[in-house]
Amino acid sequence: MTTLATRSRSASRAAFSSGPRGSHRRFGDLRVALLFIAPAMIGFVVFYVLPTIRGIYLSFTEYNILGEPEWIGMENYQAIAKDPLFWNSLAVTGQYVFLNIALQTALALGLALLMHNVAKSTLIRGTLLLPYLMSNVIAALLWFWMLDYQIGVVNQFIEWAGLPRVAFFGSEEWAIPTQAVINTWRHMGYTALLIFAGLQSIPGHVYEVAKLDGASAWQTFRKITIPLLRPVLVLVLVVTVIGSFQVFDTVAVTTGGGPVNATRVIQYYIYQRAFTESDFGYGSAIAVILFIILALVAFIQMKFLKGNESDLD
Amino acid sequence: MKKKATAIAAAAAAVLALSACGNGGSAESAKGEINYWLWDANQLPAYQQCADDFHTANPDISVKITQRGWDDYWSTLTNGFVGGTAPDVFTDHLGRYGELAKNKQLLAIDDAVSRDKVDLSAYNDGLADLWVGQDGKRYGLPKDWDTIGLFYNKAMLSDAGISEDQMKSLTWNPQDGGSYEKVIAHLTVDKSGKRGDEPGFDKNNVAVYGLGLNGGGDSSGQTEWSYLTNTTGWSHTDKNPWGTHYNYDDPKFQESMTWFAGMADKGYMPMLETTVGASMADTFAAGKSAINAHGSWMIGQYTGYKGIEVGIAPTPVGPEGKRASMFNGLADSIWAGTKKKDASIKWVEYLASSACQDVVASKAVVFPALKASSDKAAEAFTAKGVDVTAFTEQVKNKTTFLYPITDNTAKVKGIMKPAMDAVVSGKAPASSLTAANEQVNALFK
Repeated sequence: MTTLATRSRSASRAAFSSGPRGSHRRFGDLRVALLFIAPAMIGFVVFYVLPTIRGIYLSFTEYNILGEPEWIGMENYQAIAKDPLFWNSLAVTGQYVFLNIALQTALALGLALLMHNVAKSTLIRGTLLLPYLMSNVIAALLWFWMLDYQIGVVNQFIEWAGLPRVAFFGSEEWAIPTQAVINTWRHMGYTALLIFAGLQSIPGHVYEVAKLDGASAWQTFRKITIPLLRPVLVLVLVVTVIGSFQVFDTVAVTTGGGPVNATRVIQYYIYQRAFTESDFGYGSAIAVILFIILALVAFIQMKFLKGNESDLD
Repeated sequence: MKKKATAIAAAAAAVLALSACGNGGSAESAKGEINYWLWDANQLPAYQQCADDFHTANPDISVKITQRGWDDYWSTLTNGFVGGTAPDVFTDHLGRYGELAKNKQLLAIDDAVSRDKVDLSAYNDGLADLWVGQDGKRYGLPKDWDTIGLFYNKAMLSDAGISEDQMKSLTWNPQDGGSYEKVIAHLTVDKSGKRGDEPGFDKNNVAVYGLGLNGGGDSSGQTEWSYLTNTTGWSHTDKNPWGTHYNYDDPKFQESMTWFAGMADKGYMPMLETTVGASMADTFAAGKSAINAHGSWMIGQYTGYKGIEVGIAPTPVGPEGKRASMFNGLADSIWAGTKKKDASIKWVEYLASSACQDVVASKAVVFPALKASSDKAAEAFTAKGVDVTAFTEQVKNKTTFLYPITDNTAKVKGIMKPAMDAVVSGKAPASSLTAANEQVNALFK
């Protein structure tokens, strides 16, 4: 992902440097360019653009999927504004995203540093990715069983340690942190890999100079690694925050929104309204709101963390 | 060479596609393959045999059975309705068919039933009429039924000095829980061996719960609390089927729920939060509960655990002097969009006939809808060493009440699940159900 981003950046730079050529030439390339873009473009239009437009349309309708959509204007949005479950789902999702991203980014950064400086064997680096190779549902179910209150192995250990059993998925206090940690476990290897790629793009001579100047390890990390890693970190944050907001499968196969409303995250609530309760218009309207929220979050991150500028230039 | 092979494959695929279209086009013919869906894997072998027998009797028609787990069943079915790939015939649920019929997805079978003279009185009382929709049309033929009973661990019962006769004549009321609560309390044992009704019982360190817990029970409480709440004269809706007003605000109901939530608080029943995960039946098998109220469709599972002697008692007698058990029935319905209407009708009638229901009975997994076949199923269970009178006597004595059939069932469930969970987990008083009930009844305005 990072390599892709840097590559496209240098590509765009190349395009600009070849600017002064005539427009005739540029249009001459257009056909060939379109030919190459077509496969991706068709997929993008068919699977992203059209469903998005239809989703936005459906959000203004009452639609139970078996009948015809009926235009009702802003009614869905007005109902959502007054829907306590919607606001609850926002709060729950926010709690999840905060825990998940804070833990995941910190651990991934640590792992990436270890990969970069200590664990140079491909085997070990590969091992860190293992949880990511597992499907989300399998990972969730695996932990669901291991953390089970009655017959889970983790609670057996907790009891041997003389502590009271914990209802990891059953109690309202634990349900979201538990799922945030499970998904951290699954994703941190992949996130670490992204950061690791960023670390590798920092030129070694900067560190040599720092060493000559007598900088401590902490100073090097804070004054060199972090600033030079910033564009990559921002990209990683944007991608992981968006992914984190869309948590669904873990909830769907474990708690299903419960206990009470403790894990009714926004994606699950959309699914519940649309697919379980056949209220596709209402579900689409929440999905549109989520779309706007995510676009804003990504924009703010890019803008204020200056993700599209590198300090290396 | 390779190119040629692909070309042939493409041609073959085209021919296949064409022939598929051809098949679909010849509507109204009692020929070809019909797709049939069900969700219970335990019943698959029985229905596979029905399908084979049916094919032998009607060589022109073959039946392809697909089993899908309950969790995906309804959403896959809905997708099928929209995408035109739904099965011709499928197992239908009382809680769902109202909405499907309203959205014109089900084929009314009144004409076929009268033409083929299906004897509706041969089914257990009331089962056939459950499938007559609000519009007065019939949307399915009954296949089986279920009631609720108390599964208990025989060894734990004898350790506690409770006789099986006592177990079969329990009483209950919402004030002090009657002898039902006394038995549950006595069967509860904490980690130091103290029983629930002894001084010094530690409710925070319970080894064996007297009563297992399946969940909060959402809108119906089918196995969780309806066998108690409905003995007080309370019922879910103003009328059934097709009620338009729910009664979760009734003080009688809320009093019963207060008692039920209190069982967890007293340490006689697990806290709701500890039941997320392992199934109630499995925790019973692990020796963590002594009595589990559960449905007759679970008989096979409970009696199948190795090393545990299981008895089945009827649900307790309530304050009005009668037992109560939810009576739920499944049926086979035909999708309105089927291309093989006649063949589908034939198959549905076969499924509802004694030829197939006797096969199902012989496998001793569920109770078929036909009275005669029900008796055969009871015999098959007895032959396996399982006494099922706890389930059948509810039907014989007419102490059953119907699964609440209304519109908007999915939305009602969506509102009631968190509300009930909050009450059963002790996070909210039973009076909080009044607000949820207002939300539910607003759906019908």
